[in-house]
This record gives sequence, C-alpha cells and structure tokens, in this order.
Amino acid sequence: MKKGHIIGLGIIGVAIMIIITSIGDASTYESFSTAKILATNGNDNAIHVVGELKKSEYGQVVGLEVHEDKTSFTFLMVDNNGDEQQVYYNEPVPADFARSEQVVVIGSFRNEELFVADKILMKCPSKYQETDVKSASL
Amino acid sequence: MMNTFVGNLGHLMAIVAFVTAIITAFSYYNYIKAPELEKASWKRFSRITFYIHAVASVGIAISLFEIIYNHRFEYFYAYSHSSKALPVHYMISSFWEGQEGAFILWIFWNVVLGIILIHTNKFWEGPVMVVFALVQAFLVSMILGVVIGDLKIGSSPFILLRDISEAPIFQINPEFIPQDGTGLNPLLQNIWMVIHPPTLFLGYASTLVPFAFLMGGLAMKRYSEWVRPALPWAIFSAMILGMGIIMGAYWAYVTLNFGGYWNWDPVENAVYVPWLIMVAAIHTMITYKKSSTALKTSIVLVIASFILVLYATFLVRSGVLGDSSVHSFTDLGLSGQLLIYMLFFLVIAIFLSVKEWKNIPTSDREASVYSREFWIFIGATTLGLMAFQVILPTSIPVYNAIVEGLGGISNMAPPADQVGFYTKFQLWFAVALALLTGVGQYFWWNKMDKHELKNSLVTPYIISMILAAVIITLGKVYDISYIVVVLAGAFTIVANGSILIKLIKAKTFKLAGGSLAHVGLGMILIGVMFSSGYSDTISINMSGMTYKKDWEDDLNKQNVLLWINKPLQMKDYEVIYRGRHKKVKGFPGYVKADLLESVDGINAAVALQDIDAKGKTYFSRGDTVSIVLEENSYFKVEYYQEDDLKFTLFPMSQPNPTMGLISSPDSKRYLSKDLYTHVSAINDYEDPEWKEDQFENSEPGGQFFMNDFVTNFEGTELISDPQELRDLSLQEGDVAIRAKLSIMDNDVKRLIEPMFLIRDNQVGKIAAIDSDLGIKVEIDNILPEEGKFVFKYNTYQKDYVVMKASVKPFINVLWLGTIIMLFGFCTAIYRRYDEFTKMRNKGLE
Repeated sequence: MKKGHIIGLGIIGVAIMIIITSIGDASTYESFSTAKILATNGNDNAIHVVGELKKSEYGQVVGLEVHEDKTSFTFLMVDNNGDEQQVYYNEPVPADFARSEQVVVIGSFRNEELFVADKILMKCPSKYQETDVKSASL
Repeated sequence: MMNTFVGNLGHLMAIVAFVTAIITAFSYYNYIKAPELEKASWKRFSRITFYIHAVASVGIAISLFEIIYNHRFEYFYAYSHSSKALPVHYMISSFWEGQEGAFILWIFWNVVLGIILIHTNKFWEGPVMVVFALVQAFLVSMILGVVIGDLKIGSSPFILLRDISEAPIFQINPEFIPQDGTGLNPLLQNIWMVIHPPTLFLGYASTLVPFAFLMGGLAMKRYSEWVRPALPWAIFSAMILGMGIIMGAYWAYVTLNFGGYWNWDPVENAVYVPWLIMVAAIHTMITYKKSSTALKTSIVLVIASFILVLYATFLVRSGVLGDSSVHSFTDLGLSGQLLIYMLFFLVIAIFLSVKEWKNIPTSDREASVYSREFWIFIGATTLGLMAFQVILPTSIPVYNAIVEGLGGISNMAPPADQVGFYTKFQLWFAVALALLTGVGQYFWWNKMDKHELKNSLVTPYIISMILAAVIITLGKVYDISYIVVVLAGAFTIVANGSILIKLIKAKTFKLAGGSLAHVGLGMILIGVMFSSGYSDTISINMSGMTYKKDWEDDLNKQNVLLWINKPLQMKDYEVIYRGRHKKVKGFPGYVKADLLESVDGINAAVALQDIDAKGKTYFSRGDTVSIVLEENSYFKVEYYQEDDLKFTLFPMSQPNPTMGLISSPDSKRYLSKDLYTHVSAINDYEDPEWKEDQFENSEPGGQFFMNDFVTNFEGTELISDPQELRDLSLQEGDVAIRAKLSIMDNDVKRLIEPMFLIRDNQVGKIAAIDSDLGIKVEIDNILPEEGKFVFKYNTYQKDYVVMKASVKPFINVLWLGTIIMLFGFCTAIYRRYDEFTKMRNKGLE
C-alpha cells in the first residue's frame, strides 16, 4: 500500500470520528414531557426546550422566585406543547428576562419535579420589529 | 423638515453602483476576448466604468453617514441605530451596526482592493476584475431595495421610518420626525467595535483576491501562474482575517458578559473556519512554488476559503441560526439572495475546476516522509480537519432547515456545552499543528534524512523540555493534557525560534515570516491553555447559605451578592462594594451617583455637593456637569488583602430598555494575570418599590432603629440658604428646619437630612432619600410640647451588586503570541509581494 493511501485512510478515519462524535454530542430539542421520559430512563444529557414564561391573563409573568442571595432563581415555563414546568437557574435573573418573548432552556431534569437549566437563551422583542415609535413631541 | 434628498441620492448611487458593476464585468470580459487592436479601448472603457462604480459606492457610504451624522431620524437606519447622545466615533459604529451598513463596508473594501489590483497588475487585470465586478454586483444588490412586482431585491438603508413603521402617528402626520433615535447597542459602544468590523470585512473582502486570480488562471488556462500574484494576497487575507478575529476576541474579553475571549458561538466559528482554510491554502501554495506539488490541493483550498466566507455570511445574516446563537442578525429577507450569491460562485468555481482538472499539472512523485512537502501536506490536512470539525456542528441549524424544508422533522440541536465540545478536538489538533510546525520548519530549510533529522532536532528537543519543565513547575500545571499542551507549545517556540535566530544571523530576515508566525502559534497555545484551563473563579459564594435542595451543593455558585459597604471574603481577597458611580466629563475617575441629580437634557446633571478629587474642587454645588453616557453606571468594588486596599475596580453596567442589563467587566491587569470582575445583577436603584409607612418619635440627641440601622438624631438646624430648598425657595416669614440624622453603615457614616417648611400656617415636607441604604425619611410632624419629632420612613433594601470575579493567568502570553504571529504574516507578505513585482517587471506576468 502506498503512503498516500495510508494518509487518505487516516483522514477518512478522523473525519468519520468527528462526524460520529458530533452526532453523539449534538443535543436535541425536546418538550418537557419527552425530557422527563429521557431523565427517568437515566439519560441525563443536556437537552433544549423551547417555550415561554408563564403569564397571567394580564400578561404579567407569574411564578418567578428569586432566591435570597439573588444568585439563583426558579421560574415557571410553558413549552410549545403547553406543558408547564418549574425551572431552576443557577445565575442571577437576566434583567430583560420577564420581557422575553421566547426562552430556550438548555439543561435536564435533576429530579421529577425540577428542570435545571445550565444555560438560558432568550429572544427579546428585536429592534428590527419595533414599530411603536414614541410619539412624544414633534 | 424632512430631508428626502440624501436618501434618494444614496438610493440612486446604489442603483448606479449596481448597473456599473454589471457593465464593468461585461466590458472586462470583452477586453479579454477582444483582438489585440481593440484591447486598449475596451480596457479604458472598463476602467472608466469601474471608477464610476467606485465613486457611486463611496457615495452610498457618504450618504448613509450623512444621515447618521446629522441625526436625520426620519430615516429608519438613523432612528434605529443611532441617537443624539452618541459621540462621533460611536456614530461610526452605528454605521455598521445594521446589516446594510456592513454590506456597504464590504463593498467599499472591494472597491479599494479592485483599484489596487488594476494598478498593480498587467496581464491579470482583465480576468481578475471580471470576478470582482460580478461579486460587487451581488453585494450591491443586497442594499438595492428595489421592488419588482412581488420580488424584493435587497434591503435599502435609505428607507424612511414612515415607510416601514406602523405607528399611528404617521397617519396623522406623515411629516413626523422622532426627536431622538433608539441608540446604538451598548455592547458596541466600545473602541474595539469601531475598528473590529472594518478589519473583519477587509478580511472578508480580501479572500476574493486569491479566488479571483484562481478563476482567472483557470479561465485563461494559466493553471499555475496564478499562484505567484495570489500568494501575497492570500497571506494578506489570512493576516487581516486573523487580526479581525483577535480584535473580536479582545472585544469580547473586555466588554462581553460571556466571561471570555472565545465562546465557540456560531458567529465566531463562521469566521474561524475560512481563516483556517486560508492558512492551509497559503501553506500548499508555498509548497507548490517550491516544488510543483499540491497545486490541486491549493485550488480546492482557495475556492473553499472564499465560499466559506460567503457561507459564514449566509449563516450569520439569513436568520437560519435562529436561537442557536447569542448574536446573529435577524432575517432581512435577504436569505434567498445570499444563497444565490453563494451558489453562483460555488457552481462557477466547480464548473471551471472540473472542466480544467485534467489539464492541471500534477507531480507523480510520491512525497517522501523526509520531504518538506509531506509535512506541510499533513499540516494543511490537520487545518482542514479542524475546520471540518467546527463547521459540521455549526451547520446543525442549516441541516434542520433543509430537513424541515423537505417536509421532515429534525430536532437536532447544537451541543449543549459548546466550549467543552469544541475544545476537546481543537486542542489536540492544535497540539498536532504545533509539533508539525516545529518539525516542518527543519525540513523546509534543510535537506533531511533520518540521521540528520535526529541530529538537528536533539538540541531544540532538549531545550524545549527544559523550558516546558520550568513552565510546568512555575505555573503548577499538573493536568496531563495541559502538560502535553505546554510541551507542544514550548517545542514550537524553541524549534522555530532557533530557525529564526539562524535566519537573522544570515541577515535574511525577510524569510523569517514562517518561523515568526509559528513562534506566535506556540505562545497562543500556551496562553490559551493557562487563561482558559486555569481560569479561576474567585467569587465563590461562601456566605454559608444553603437551600433545601441537596443537589444544589454540587452546583458552583459563581456569583456573589455584595451589600453596599459590607465586606465579604472571596478567596484571597476581601471585597467591599462602595456604590454606583458615574463618569463625568473633565473629572478624573468616577463621581458617586448620589452626588449628582439628573436634569433635563442629554447626559446633563447638577452637582448636589462640591465634587473634589486630589485636593482640587472640580465642581461646586449647583454646577451643571455633563455625564459621559448617563445610562452607564460604574460599580466601585474595592479589593483588600490583609486590610490593605490593593486596588479598586469599576465594572460597568447599564439597564437597557431594549436589551436588558448590559455589563462590561473591569480588570486589574498584572503582567502575569488579569483579575476580571463582572456585574451580573443590580438593584432597582432609580425607582424602588417602597414598603409601607413606619413612624418613629424621637427628641434631638435620641436614638432609634430604622430598617435595622441604629439612627442617631443629632439635632436640628434652621435653613438660611434658599438654594437648599431648591424649587420651593425661601420666602419672607418662612421657617425652614432640617433634622440631622446619621447612620453608621459599617465603616461609612451616612447623613440623612429631611426638611420641614412652615409657610403661612401650611407645612411642606421634603423627604430625604438614601438610595444606598434604601431609606426614605420625612419629618411628619413636630410636637413642640414634648420636644419631639415624628419621623415617617419607608424602607426598601440596601444597594447591592451581584458580581462574578475570576483570575485569568498569563493571558498576556496569548495577546503577545497573536501580535508575533501577525508580524510573521506581514514579513511573509512583504517577501511574496516582492517576488511578484520582480516577475511582473520582467514582463512575465
């Protein structure tokens, strides 16, 4: 076998390894119910759940509890299937949190009751969509 | 008055630029095909149209800047990206905050590069400029803003606010112009953001040059001659892209709350990948010039680097990344156009290469293991694999979009722990690269065989082992994988350093680009290893507070809550938060926020007390001062060791109405480490929710509790200075009195002085608010018969800050390494450009 072939095979081998690990390490988008099933089956890999904060009929965020030292908090989130879930986050409340239109939590169920987020991504009303021009003074 | 002229001018310029780009491409094509006699006139015509294009492109940029600079908020672009409070250098950042401005920047750089190429090339002018003009046509189409039927081409930055806003005000008054814009994203209000985007876009633009030479070479059947003129540009491109990446990383380090310089965010990956491929291309091109191998590899790599830049643009700007990136742009409806742009050049490049593939010269010689070609090829392959490993997971959202576009369902998400995921590959690839550069350089400069290799590598090997041992011992590196990194880094530095010394001794410094860049690589590797691997979060919560949930103990609480004036032990330091401060024009340092009261006007405030620094009074009471961006607060944090004040940091934070809390860290810089402090949450200071009224009776000299603070009622005072009552002013027959309350908050004495005014049988109560302590006090009544005062008070909470602090060791090694690497690139550019001009002047190209 020529050296070129060995190198070629080596490259292909590494590339395949990269693809397999990428697929293996890729997370998934789940709902809270499927995430719970994963957790009860002993799979504690971090997954993504998309949803929004639970709001009262007046549009007020409900269920946001900041812990005493202000470095962590829990909140209620409703996923895209409409399931409600309490989520814990080990960081201070991001300041625009209550205004977010959509939140993505990345994490897993730590016990039956509580979903622990390692990371939260928020989609806030973007500048680009902002159409309410302040009509203060002319 | 609404000014529609500038916008129309800008829009016209965009159309002119678009049309002239197409004409230029067409006429340069004719110039190539024309018989010898007609060439001169086609060339003249092409150049003229390109110059018109150049003028129009600059005109677009000037029109847009005019709109921002003159605060023309009738335009959407100025309204949404700028505001009156912005200083001029940040207006420049506003220019490219929006996507349209970024495209204009890109167009501008292409124009500059095009003009340079016209004047530095003879033979290549025609083919290269055809490619250039085509690219320009695509880029200008992104900002064209022309609507034909249902088809919208490009998003114009010159659109009027009233044309896209649905605000009812425009139905009442179409001539309405907002008073102020919504401002620039505060994260971009940083000096690095003024220079980082232009650098990055010059990098983007410059990847076109080697690609254009290659396309020209294939079309003109000059399969190998394109390498010489393309090489200096490829190195230039890698240098500028690298510089752009580093500036972005540095910006992230000094302003972002991600807490680091590199986060493996899709937006960062999108630039890193083309850079890796461009670096690989440089290496194979150099090999080709030396020994006529690897030409085909070079062709593939040059095409890949250009297409990957377009792919990066597509990823970032089409909205496909969606929620997987913290800072991708929203879709402006350009995704289709971007896709066509990318596919157009991909198809052309593949078509030309496939068509000419069998004509491209190759070398049948099998590269020996003892040849430099072999080692460089392995190096280029490693770079390619690194790029592949990053681009694959970054493209997961694209994969989902394709599957969903075909009607399927895909729930793949990017890796949850991005940093961990990418690092575990990139680190080992980087180690391999470091070793390869060390060995490769020896092969490059010497004819090698087994015996010689051993001889020449022994000395650098021993020296690097010693160096690594010193670093490992002093830096306390006990993790096995980090030890390997140090070894590899040290070996690169020593091996390339010894070559560098030889070259300098031989007075051939201009050949030293490669070894310099590789020394830089070694330093980057060691710097990254220390600053990331040994980054130590010192703000561990040691308050002893635990919650009911047992598993919470495992979680690292990386933030601490600091109450104002209350010391807290944080690893080796005792820290005290001392309240929020403002930056004031013409004042050294920061001014405590409660010494200032905001008044009408942009960034204006009035001093409530004399403001001194270093024994000099800068402002007297009642002076109007001008704050540097009043939304920004600086949180004074003192660091003590053994009761000695070691240093004070002022991390910045701004509660932003559209973006939430925007924080920028402050760092204590040492030569060997940085101590990095970042604000993660703040108190609602401006507008607290006061609790219910409470009352307390006391006589002067008495003592009582307010919000758990021991309060001393020191006495009362008649007020004679009318200025003190401000709006109310003091009139004839008025009696105004002040109660002096004092509170000791740890080591700070706070004075709270509510006032009471009697005027014609009526009373006025002027409350005193201490935002630091969270107390509002009023004199509710005076009971003369008992000699007592009734105080009404409300409480909130003491001011606090939640912050994170970490130590990043040897981060300066990383920055120094990047500078050395860039310097190496510059040296190489000089050498390769010199070679090209010599050949050109001989009339060979």
